[in-house]
Amino acid sequence: MSNTTTETEQPPAPEDGAAERLSTAPVESDGPTGIGAFGWARWMWRQLTSMRVALILLFLLSLAAIPGSLIPQYQNGQGQLKVEAWKARHATVAPVYEKLQLFDVYSSVWFSAIYILLFVSLAGCIVPRTWQFVGVLRSQPPAAPRNLTRMPVHAVWRTEADADRVNAAAHRLLRKRGFRAHLSGGAVAAEKGYLREVGNLLFHLSLFALLGGFAWASLASGTGGKLMVEGEGYSNTITQLDDFNGTRFYGNQDLDPFYLKLNGFTSKFQTKGDQIGAARQFTANVEYYAGGDESKLKKSTIEVNHPLEIGGSKVYLIGHGYAPVISVKNGKGDVVYRGAVPFLPQDGNLTSTGVVKVSDYGLGPDGNKTQLGFSGFFLPTAPLSFEGTGPVSLFPGDAAPELVLNAFSGDLGTDSGLPQNVYQLNTRKLTQLVQDGEPAKARLKLGEGWTLPDGYGSVTFEGYKQWASFNVSHRPGNAIALAGGVLAILGLIGSLFIQRRRIWVRAVALPGGGTQVELAGLARSESAKIAEELAELAVDLQDDAPASEEEDDAAASEEDAAPAASEGEGGATETDVPEETGVPTAPEASSDPAVPADQKSKE
Amino acid sequence: MQLASAVDPQLADLSNKLIYSAMVVYTLAMFAHMIEWTFGSRGAVAVRSKEQAGSLAETVATAEKKAKKVTVTVAGAGGGTTTLTRTAVAGEGATVVTSGRGADEEDGPGAAGTNEKADLAGRIAVSLTVLGAVLHAGGIVTRGLSVSRWPWGNMYEFSCAFAFAMTAAYLVLLATRKNVRWLGLPVVLAGLLTLGIATTVLYTDSEQLVPALHSPWLAIHVSTAIFCGGAFYAAFIATLLYLGKDSFDKRTAAGLTTGPLGTSASIWRRLPAASTFDKLSYRINALVFPLWTFTIIAGAIWAEAAWGKYWEWDPKETWSFITWVAYACYLHARATAGWKGRKAAYLALAAFACWLFNYYGVNIFVTGKHSYAGI
Repeated sequence: MSNTTTETEQPPAPEDGAAERLSTAPVESDGPTGIGAFGWARWMWRQLTSMRVALILLFLLSLAAIPGSLIPQYQNGQGQLKVEAWKARHATVAPVYEKLQLFDVYSSVWFSAIYILLFVSLAGCIVPRTWQFVGVLRSQPPAAPRNLTRMPVHAVWRTEADADRVNAAAHRLLRKRGFRAHLSGGAVAAEKGYLREVGNLLFHLSLFALLGGFAWASLASGTGGKLMVEGEGYSNTITQLDDFNGTRFYGNQDLDPFYLKLNGFTSKFQTKGDQIGAARQFTANVEYYAGGDESKLKKSTIEVNHPLEIGGSKVYLIGHGYAPVISVKNGKGDVVYRGAVPFLPQDGNLTSTGVVKVSDYGLGPDGNKTQLGFSGFFLPTAPLSFEGTGPVSLFPGDAAPELVLNAFSGDLGTDSGLPQNVYQLNTRKLTQLVQDGEPAKARLKLGEGWTLPDGYGSVTFEGYKQWASFNVSHRPGNAIALAGGVLAILGLIGSLFIQRRRIWVRAVALPGGGTQVELAGLARSESAKIAEELAELAVDLQDDAPASEEEDDAAASEEDAAPAASEGEGGATETDVPEETGVPTAPEASSDPAVPADQKSKE
Repeated sequence: MQLASAVDPQLADLSNKLIYSAMVVYTLAMFAHMIEWTFGSRGAVAVRSKEQAGSLAETVATAEKKAKKVTVTVAGAGGGTTTLTRTAVAGEGATVVTSGRGADEEDGPGAAGTNEKADLAGRIAVSLTVLGAVLHAGGIVTRGLSVSRWPWGNMYEFSCAFAFAMTAAYLVLLATRKNVRWLGLPVVLAGLLTLGIATTVLYTDSEQLVPALHSPWLAIHVSTAIFCGGAFYAAFIATLLYLGKDSFDKRTAAGLTTGPLGTSASIWRRLPAASTFDKLSYRINALVFPLWTFTIIAGAIWAEAAWGKYWEWDPKETWSFITWVAYACYLHARATAGWKGRKAAYLALAAFACWLFNYYGVNIFVTGKHSYAGI
């Protein structure tokens, strides 16, 4: 349009402008304009907020996410153990990987850099676009281009109806169809589908909500673990939890106060077929009260997929196993230990290992103070023989429970005051008891006892209970993230399924009598719907502007002429400038080289 | 010690037999489609739109004076024009739409060309596909009934449902009188491939589920994932055909007489225009993308209920995210940066590769929290 700059009465939005502003793509610049640091900074900002760089960042983000799915990560379930195992197997590259933060991809410097840059780029793109869109909403739809028959989708016919009446009818019809329509200067300009841009902006803004939810969760959440044997309970304080990972805004003293007790645990397993042993049901029956009010004790169940919400925390069932009930008598026959000891599962069939620490044994057979320790296996379904396999359970259910124990005596190290792992025996100051020249070992069925050698007394496998481990999780920000997710989907639907399109109608009184009606539509090229819509509108409009008798011929000739016109002048450059400088409306039709010429010849 | 709830072995067995029968019928459909393509090459390839151009003029001529008639001209990308004529008879309210294509790009006449035998073979193929789909659906339903749960608890069941979703989508398009019979052969092939992998590599007996899968989200999250998979697969086929047709067009322009990779020119000539494939693949991907977003969010909600954290960068989550970003790249490139044609098509292929890896690769090679019931 550069060669039309001399015009003073040019319509506010010529056709190129009208076409361009329908696409909301940001304008891209090629190089730094301006001088010095400021020019460069502005150029870099433009680059960062350009669609091309945003696309590259998006692509980098997906690439950067890949290593985290192939290399064990600290933050995943049992991540610590898996990472250590992996490091042991790949000793040479492990330090390099550690340096590159490959065990911690999703909080690494480089991963963070990519998504932070991406969000900055997004903000730099979305904020101006929002203002621009507000501007669009506050102004009228862009005025009709001069030459409607040159628009990609158009229709033309002649009528005897009055031009002003046709324009008014078109205005009314477009409004009825939900267009924002504006009648001025002898033409109607209408636009519809603003929800596309609303959806687009909503989608991108909701990504910030998602990010905010993520960030808030990582700053103010905490998780604790607690293992309870059936019949046990605990108060949710730092001293009674097995472990706790707090964050900046949810520390040891912020724990939600409640009491929780495991009354019983139910587990069911597949008993036949090729998935034998697969878990089928885990249910923890619990009772609890929030705060300190014991009178509000309530019963409930916790299952996988069905956590229990107490106050601001959720309690998840994450593990289970068996706890054999073991009693130990000393040489004099006094019971020195009795309790259910949680054994930790080692495989899918719940072959479990554990230890018993009898720290209050008292005096040994030699008259000195001593302690006893046992380590061993609990097998819910023991095989007939351990030969070749060792002590391995055949099935996770308790079909034939057995306990295998080794006995030690000496100093457990529990009096040293140092914290100890309750699932491990520190054998540094212990000696294994010897029976018939072999290390003392026993295989006990339910109810069986074992008389220890050298007068150390006896051990009895009295029974067993189940235990369940729970994850006590406090995670705020879920609602924000969920709202972000839902809004993102709504925004996507708007931005992908709604079409923004413009329709212009212009009815012009012809010098030789009668009126020429021109319609044109403009939309993104992905859909052919605009042609249908224009046709529907045209059919409706013919109620008020019936086509003239000779219109058949005019339309037919128009059909032939239109391609010729668009091919002949393919480019956007207008050559018909001079004719137009006078009155903007009336000479329009005659200024078109193709259509009116034909019509004149018909007349 | 309690037993897990029972499995109905008769129904489970019936399900397997139905799936195998469906595979046999699909194979027959595949042969019928091959016959269609073979015979179709013998007939002269007529250009549909030329005929339509004639009928268009007739429609215009026969219109009553009372009728309201509008002709809309649409400029094509290649400089040609298309016209759409709409006629409404006054007082009756009925509208007749005729559209004709100008000299822009023409869709081929379809696999059968103008050969009647080939057309018959094509019709037989479609009937067989319908029969196969019915058996297939029966197989899925009986599998679900045999254990009284949703039939997508493991990779075998998921694959069966996924292959069905793809076939059903194709048949629905056919039923709505869309001109998609050319999709028949690739769809049946893809369905057979998926079912073949499912029955040989991924098969597990019909059983109850591990407690982690006892959730209403199984029905929501997994079924939308199945649907997305089927649709992405269809878009992938369209993208491949677009690339093929586009190279064929380029080769024709360069004076070569064969299609890419030594394929017969007659096959490509009978297929729809490259721009039709391009649009189809974009539309499917754009349609499915919000649903894929929903699938991921539904998964996150389920994860929150099952594991205590809605996002843990579990391998499956990670690859869903990667797939999502890849498709987002494609849509952005298409919608904003104005990438059309081959460059966008390569992006779409990369995105589908991510999806495939997310399904087969992550399930088989990577252990994560999405590992259930064997595979």
